[in-house]
Amino acid sequence: MAILHIVNKSPYERDSLTSCLRDAKSGSGLILIEDGVLAADKRGKFAGALGDASKGMKVSVLGPDLDARGISRDNVVDGIQIVDYAGFVDLVAEFDCPQSWL
Amino acid sequence: MKFTVQVNEGPYQHQASDTAQQFVRAALEKGHEIYRVFFYHDGVNNGTRLTVPPQDDRHLQKGWTELAEKHGLDLVICIAAAQRRGIMDADEAKRQGLDADNIAPGFRISGLGQLIEGGIQSDRTVVFGD
Amino acid sequence: MSTVKKFLFLNRKAPYGTIYALESLEVVLISAAFEQDVSMAFVDDGVYQLLKGQKTDGIGMKNFSPTYSALGDYDVTKLYVEKESLEERGLTVDDLMDLKWEDEDDDWAEKDSIVVVSAAELADIMEQQEVILSF
Repeated sequence: MAILHIVNKSPYERDSLTSCLRDAKSGSGLILIEDGVLAADKRGKFAGALGDASKGMKVSVLGPDLDARGISRDNVVDGIQIVDYAGFVDLVAEFDCPQSWL
Repeated sequence: MKFTVQVNEGPYQHQASDTAQQFVRAALEKGHEIYRVFFYHDGVNNGTRLTVPPQDDRHLQKGWTELAEKHGLDLVICIAAAQRRGIMDADEAKRQGLDADNIAPGFRISGLGQLIEGGIQSDRTVVFGD
Repeated sequence: MSTVKKFLFLNRKAPYGTIYALESLEVVLISAAFEQDVSMAFVDDGVYQLLKGQKTDGIGMKNFSPTYSALGDYDVTKLYVEKESLEERGLTVDDLMDLKWEDEDDDWAEKDSIVVVSAAELADIMEQQEVILSF
């Protein structure tokens, strides 16, 4: 059983991403949505943690949420795939159980 | 695949309802089935027909109602959460001796068991909230 | 209904500041009525939900912490508390309520409902679930 972790919180404000990465197993998935996408900016301080995570997990970020917040897709941490809502649906279907870090 | 979607936040204050609606539309377009959308916590506020957002803004309640009409979506508002927050259908308003109801078309009020049953019947249960 | 699924209720918020802990508990009780295989996880500020000695008179809200003691009667007997979250907050299991359940398969022996697990152990528990509801 592989989990798709869903994180929708800014890592600068809340600890959802940190807790998620602490409890996530390799082989699981992670998608950043809503304010969670702020973590995916390679200029920010969570770039390293996400880069490391993407070696063992499939890490994705919701493109429309990046665009809305003015974060250029070129600034997304390497190894993270950018998906649209259809891609989000595919990820939920691909992994056995979604888990939202609210 | 069969999905149940849980929405835990009201419209406009938080993006949860928007994301859930986008997710539901994308899932339907891909041929998945939405078994149920369950509104809990402040999410019950998505189901009042009395919201009047500015004309150039999206209308989330109407968005849900249209999805229900087009795709036969089962939009369920948790009764316990709804009573706390003043979301009423005609029967419940009458039962409580209130002078008005406010539930929007396409929504129905029912118990928390509908969430658990959705989880049992669906292949995936996705939670959107704060 | 004959289908039994593994449900995990993930609690990451402190009580009273928001309604999530209380309304999570309401869902847990309903899921038990559906005779599902229910576990609860307490991570981050969620561990504060289980703290002993909650007194809410001063804030005018109902103290719902006694409900956790009743969970055993509803066959909700697996309350996993993340060790790292406790440690970060300077807490130990002794600071938490003493929650018990009676095991009818073991001559009604009283057992602890609260199990402190590491993040790695919790990750394994999460992977076994079929439905995870977060509050």
